[in-house]
Amino acid sequence: MNNYLVELNNCGVLRNHKWLVRGVSLKVSQGEIVTLIGPNGSGKSTTAKMSLDILKPDEGTNNIKKGIRISYVPQKISIDWSLPLRAIDFVNLVKKHKTSEINDALSITGIKHLIYEDVRNLSGGEFQRLLMARAIAKEPHFLVLDEPVQGVDYPGEIALYKTIQEIVKKINCGILLISHNLHVVMSQTDYVICLNGHVCCSGAPNTVIKEPEYIKLFGKNIDPTLAFYQHDHDHEHLPDGSIDDSGRDS
Amino acid sequence: MFDDFIVRAFAAGIGLALVTGPLGCFIVWRRLSYFGDTIAHSALLGVTIAYAMNFNLIIAVFVVSCLLAISLLFLQRRTSLPDDALLGLLAHSVLAIGLVLLGILSFIRIDLMGLLFGDILSVNFTDVLFVWIGGGVVLTTLILIWRPLFAGTVNLELAKAEGLNPDLATTIFTLLIASVIAISIKIVGILLITGLLIIPAAASRNLSSTPIQMAIISSIIGVCSVVIGLQTSMIWNTSTGPTILVITLGVFILTLLPLKKLLISKKKIRIVR
Repeated sequence: MNNYLVELNNCGVLRNHKWLVRGVSLKVSQGEIVTLIGPNGSGKSTTAKMSLDILKPDEGTNNIKKGIRISYVPQKISIDWSLPLRAIDFVNLVKKHKTSEINDALSITGIKHLIYEDVRNLSGGEFQRLLMARAIAKEPHFLVLDEPVQGVDYPGEIALYKTIQEIVKKINCGILLISHNLHVVMSQTDYVICLNGHVCCSGAPNTVIKEPEYIKLFGKNIDPTLAFYQHDHDHEHLPDGSIDDSGRDS
Repeated sequence: MFDDFIVRAFAAGIGLALVTGPLGCFIVWRRLSYFGDTIAHSALLGVTIAYAMNFNLIIAVFVVSCLLAISLLFLQRRTSLPDDALLGLLAHSVLAIGLVLLGILSFIRIDLMGLLFGDILSVNFTDVLFVWIGGGVVLTTLILIWRPLFAGTVNLELAKAEGLNPDLATTIFTLLIASVIAISIKIVGILLITGLLIIPAAASRNLSSTPIQMAIISSIIGVCSVVIGLQTSMIWNTSTGPTILVITLGVFILTLLPLKKLLISKKKIRIVR
């Protein structure tokens, strides 16, 4: 594996005589965003869990580079009502941080004012931002984001995805992202893996969208937006970075 | 000064309450209330064995409790039955085994009331030592495993993914509960120990806004209840263990009063959407 942070080799998970997902291979290296897309039940979260070694693959091997810091933003977390937990305590859950670091992480995701708020008083979107902040605060080498923006308002979603890109640049971590937002996936990702119980197709975004398997899963109706993605991609490196507006103008 | 049985009672009670506070918080957070009961049920078997083999009571109960805890962890991994069903299965089968064994060994006379409700006024110096040394070990261990245990309580997968070992912490935590129940058997008895674990924690929940706060306040409530309970029981000549629990209940009811609102009204309150 060497220079890879995480590597899955032909991995599969068998539960109750059914393969949840099978034959998945992927590699995530430093500074790279790898995205998993696919319909519900296609094994995206399962794959993410194998890459975190929460789930041991029933076939194939999963390798995680030794000694790297890992952050995980799970798809769903429910906090028990009996737990008194403030945002700051949640950020400190796995590793204790300095208050200044916590403040920084919370401002990046736009919820600095909620630092001493009880997590159960947070709205769904605010909690999602808190999950992100906690993951960022650790300055991970490898970051797994399982639908990190669900429930976040639209401007917030754009901003959070932008943040994710900035994080990659700043701390040079590798990201495994699960997302339903094909805009983002196609414009901001280095490598896309399309899952449906197995790997349908994979590759750079602009090659994946031409694959017949991809079109079969996601349909042709997203064709109009294809130009939009590619346009985004063209403008990705502009310093002013107002990606959406440039997209709409075209 | 330990010659006085009152002093010994205070020492044992306070020592126990200090430990049950934080441990009880985890029991509440992890929804394990019934687990304490299950382990307590196994105490009869431990006591029987201790009497039959002329062995130290606390150690015998501890060993049996640990075996029970381990069988629970084993069953959890081997069956798909829900936890409450497994706990019910274990609690009552182990209680039945204890009773059968007690019937076979008919020469043993067990003070059943003492076992069920404890007798804090009869603790000897060795018992006090067990409480403080055992309790100290339990508290220290709990502090050492706090982070993985707490992270695993909030979200198991997250804790695992980020390199902690919540499974190990959970196993150790289970053994800690077993030890506390063994320690407490002479003080409050097996029927009431779950109460001493849960009620102070529940009362503390109403007053605290962080996990550590809840653990500390829980200990304080426990200690206060022991002190007040012991004194009350001496004044009114009531049985001590139950009196202590009644006091904890009283504290719990007090915490339901809108005291906290008065306390935090000075801080800014954010409108909850």
